[in-house]
Amino acid sequence: MPADATPNPTPTPEAGPTTGPTTGPTTGTTTGHAAAAAALAQVPSEPGAAKPDPIVIADNVKRSFGGLTAVDVEHVEIQRGVITALIGPNGAGKTTFFNLLTGFDQPDSGDWSFNGTSLRKKASHKVARLGMVRTFQLTKVLSKLTVLENMRLGATGQRGESFWAAPLKFLWGGQEDENTVRARELLARFKLDGKEKDFAGSLSGGQRKLLEMARALMVRPELVMLDEPMAGVNPALKQSLLGHVKSLREDGMTVLFVEHDMDMVRDISDWVIVMAQGKVIAEGTPDSIMADERVIDAYLGAHHDVDITEMEREIEQEHLEYGDPMGDSAHQPREEEK
Amino acid sequence: MDIISSALHDAFSPFALSFVLAAIGLNVHFGYTGLLNFGQAAFCAVGAYAMGVSVASFDLPLIVGIFFGLVASALLALVLGVPTLRLRADYLAIATIAAAEIARLVFSTSFKEYFNARDGVSGFTRGFRDINPLPDFNGQFLTFSRNDWWVMTVGWVLVALTCIFLWLLMRSPWGRVLRSIREDEEAVRSLGKNVYSYKMQALVLGGVIGAFGGFIGGLGLASVQPDSFNTDFTFIAFTMLILGGAARILGPVVGAVLFWGVLSGVGSTLARLSSGDNPIIPPDLMGSDQVSNVRFMLAGLALMLLMIYRPQGIFGDRKEIALDAR
Ligand SMILES: Nc1ncnc2c1ncn2[C@@H]1O[C@H](COP(=O)(O)OP(=O)(O)OP(=O)(O)O)[C@@H](O)[C@H]1O
Ligand SMILES: [Mg+2]
Repeated sequence: MPADATPNPTPTPEAGPTTGPTTGPTTGTTTGHAAAAAALAQVPSEPGAAKPDPIVIADNVKRSFGGLTAVDVEHVEIQRGVITALIGPNGAGKTTFFNLLTGFDQPDSGDWSFNGTSLRKKASHKVARLGMVRTFQLTKVLSKLTVLENMRLGATGQRGESFWAAPLKFLWGGQEDENTVRARELLARFKLDGKEKDFAGSLSGGQRKLLEMARALMVRPELVMLDEPMAGVNPALKQSLLGHVKSLREDGMTVLFVEHDMDMVRDISDWVIVMAQGKVIAEGTPDSIMADERVIDAYLGAHHDVDITEMEREIEQEHLEYGDPMGDSAHQPREEEK
Repeated sequence: MDIISSALHDAFSPFALSFVLAAIGLNVHFGYTGLLNFGQAAFCAVGAYAMGVSVASFDLPLIVGIFFGLVASALLALVLGVPTLRLRADYLAIATIAAAEIARLVFSTSFKEYFNARDGVSGFTRGFRDINPLPDFNGQFLTFSRNDWWVMTVGWVLVALTCIFLWLLMRSPWGRVLRSIREDEEAVRSLGKNVYSYKMQALVLGGVIGAFGGFIGGLGLASVQPDSFNTDFTFIAFTMLILGGAARILGPVVGAVLFWGVLSGVGSTLARLSSGDNPIIPPDLMGSDQVSNVRFMLAGLALMLLMIYRPQGIFGDRKEIALDAR
């Protein structure tokens, strides 16, 4: 597996604080992820393809706003223990689909399950407790809490969150300290350790994205759903975050993320699902998706694998060669940029 | 001198105490959890009436009356919360305004054999006064009757205990969830917390603290009357909370004391200036009979200035307010 051989930027205590063993549920002799990814190789590249070990299965999930059908997913499965990317043009229904899956919005019809438990009509907090945690495209940090308090809030099973235990610090102080240690480790991973005491509202846009992602991990999710996690994060940090997301996978976590940055999708995802106008129009490994006609038409655009300045140079070249004064017929809009 | 002493007298009186407790309850609702309860008067009234009627009409011991008062206010919180707390914040606001008016009308027009219409309930203070160990208070320039002095002692001890309890609660993970709900409910839900249940707990807690305000007010005046629980009651309590600083433990306490102190001080100053044969304020501008209205106008003006120049209140944190602008 050449993709996994890339060195992890921060190889230190990843395995330590996280709960599960480093091997996922589908353990063979290799790591959980390698086995799961290998299993994906057998899956046909077609919309609604059945996976060998799905963690989420959705059927006929429909949601319309007035006359507009925002989501109309016939059948989709998310493989356990791998990183799945959900891509598609603006307004394709990706965020709405996230909202539906996690109970933040109610569908007109449809059913879906997580680990075999049906989540239809499950309240959003129960979905999170089952181990399916999401972040928001428009970040939701708690501005008037400090960064560290934001993190602590994420921890589950806190004794001090019950009314009767709350005034008695000796009942929850120890647990709070443990949570704080873990929160600091995560903050360090996300390069927010210097900001611990600041109000979250004072963070920059990109830092808020990072905080939200780190906070979601405090819940110790089995499946983490990230809505455009890298939007507004600078390239250097993006690189190291990619490493972190991969390390989540090594720890047996399943990741589903929405992203418009195709380099990132190509780099870390094992599987790609493409939505357009509410429907799943294609599925497959990153390479097969990038080559798929429909995906190029609906989303990527003809020049998707060309650097933008390079593309402009090419177009200029064409003008020179053919002496076409206007020549903008060759200039396709790049939809992949936000 | 007597202006200051009467201001101090009013600021710590049993009447002010009922507002202190009502405002502390509102602080739990609005300051910490972001719940818009515009009917705190209803919680105080229901508590006070349940206590008063239990003792006056049914001859139950005071402590049982207090117990019923607490149960009644908790039930009111449940009745108001169950249908509205899943909805947007404004629904609770509307429901609580309505509940406060309904409660006041019921107390002033229905079940007259128990509630005695506008005269209200009285004759329930015996059990409380019998255990009064204190003499009259005759200080340097403050005097309180034995009864007032006893109500004040109990009341201020109660305020202190409530503040300590809230301080313990609000620094805990439980308090953290409340403060987070005030910021963004959905974020809290996405982390697996049952927001509805926490909001309900906050509504009950703040309502029960409000009921204590009703008890103290009732015991102080030796009667419980419907008109003391009109909508002004809630809005004055809100004013005190914002004056002192919301989401600060001592905010509502200091706000309430200051509010009554200043209101009473301004009132007696104006009265002094506008009375006599040759008043300093010309009678055409303000007669001495208009003092009590004018002082509320001045209070409103002061509140506006406060909101402009110190929107976080006396105890608030400027940095927090600045975040709202981002
Ligand atoms: N609450 C709503 N009310 C009405 N229409 C909505 C609502 N939420 C989403 N939509 C519509 O549903 C469609 C899908 O929106 P959605 O936010 O899911 O897109 P998306 O795939 O996440 O897009 P992007 O990549 O821009 O984030 C859009 O056309 C949008 O206008
Ligand atoms: Mg979106």
